[in-house]
Amino acid sequence: MSPIDLLSMVLILGGAAFFLAGTVGVLRFPDVFSRLHALTKGDNVGLGLTVLGLALRAESWPAVGKLLLIWVLVLLAGATASHLIARSTLRRGVKPWTAP
Amino acid sequence: MTPGLVLDGLLVLVLLWLAWAALGSRDLFRGIVLFIAFGLVLAMAWVRLEAPDVALAEAAIGAGLTGALLLATWGRLPGKSDGPAATAGEPGLWLHAGLALLLAAVATGLALTLFAEPVAPGLAAAVEAELGRSGADNPVTAVLLNFRGYDTLLEIAVLTSALVGVWALGPAPRIKETTPSEVLLGMNSILIPLTPIICAYLLWAGKSQPGGAFQAGAVLAAAVVLYVLSGRRPHLQMPDAPTRWGAIVGLAVFVGVAVAVMGSGRAFLQYPVEFAGALILLVETAATLSIAIILAGMFIGGRPEDEP
Repeated sequence: MSPIDLLSMVLILGGAAFFLAGTVGVLRFPDVFSRLHALTKGDNVGLGLTVLGLALRAESWPAVGKLLLIWVLVLLAGATASHLIARSTLRRGVKPWTAP
Repeated sequence: MTPGLVLDGLLVLVLLWLAWAALGSRDLFRGIVLFIAFGLVLAMAWVRLEAPDVALAEAAIGAGLTGALLLATWGRLPGKSDGPAATAGEPGLWLHAGLALLLAAVATGLALTLFAEPVAPGLAAAVEAELGRSGADNPVTAVLLNFRGYDTLLEIAVLTSALVGVWALGPAPRIKETTPSEVLLGMNSILIPLTPIICAYLLWAGKSQPGGAFQAGAVLAAAVVLYVLSGRRPHLQMPDAPTRWGAIVGLAVFVGVAVAVMGSGRAFLQYPVEFAGALILLVETAATLSIAIILAGMFIGGRPEDEP
């Protein structure tokens, strides 16, 4: 296994770990806002590491560009969707959870 | 047992569970969210079946636009409460266990029938043999637009008549003026200008790789949905006449081409080999426009009317 392959594997496994942690967070965190926090960590960093790992194995530079574009677009859409959910939740009068 | 087999088995289990949960949910909103999740996992199943075209269409139309339609409908339902849904009596442990066993049995049965016997060869070889005469390099496009063009023609006819049905119910509801989030407007100002490029790419890519009219049309419709959701204009009304013509141009061009190629011994939809590529592109371009207008029109939910 070449060093590139090894690095790529480490990055993709790291991305998977973030997705797993994000999923556990969505299931276990107490309210909408903290769940969104967990979700966006998984989406942003998890997908970022996965894209980096895949970019190392890409066959051509255009393929790397497409992978990065996918990441940027998901970042944009994910951040906006989380913001909209948090905004509408706040407006419905839900108070953020605080430690009892 | 190979890792691929484990993944497929898991996908089947998750799909069955999501379908059951979506149908059995007492809370409508929960049911809709589960249905969207079902569409996304189904798209993954299509990827595993090496049909990325269908996966794209499933994710864009099945999960994305249908989900948006269901959510928009849910938002207009009277009498929904903002609080948590009333918790009905939980089914007992035995019911849970029984259902779990049943689901496991069904999933095992499915997995066994799929993998124990060699999968039937299907028509892949026949398609491969005729691919050179189809006018497309992508076998899926060749099947959809040429070998089985009749099916696709009827699908577009179904979509068109669905929009006519929606329009028959009444004019589009006026969308109340809202104060859209600056963040949403910012995202729209980046994403919406990108969609025509992505749409054109998907349409062109359909000739040789996954892509095509349905995916391209869905992307364009998504731009309209984003625009409507941003509520920047209090009432998005697509101009009447161009919308009506745009909605039927796909069906009209498809039927027109199908009839025009008849003669000198050719049947309905039997493209001459030398023009097949150009005719498929023409049909797909017109279909993309119509599919975009039809999907967006269903989301807007009523007949377009010119401003008084």
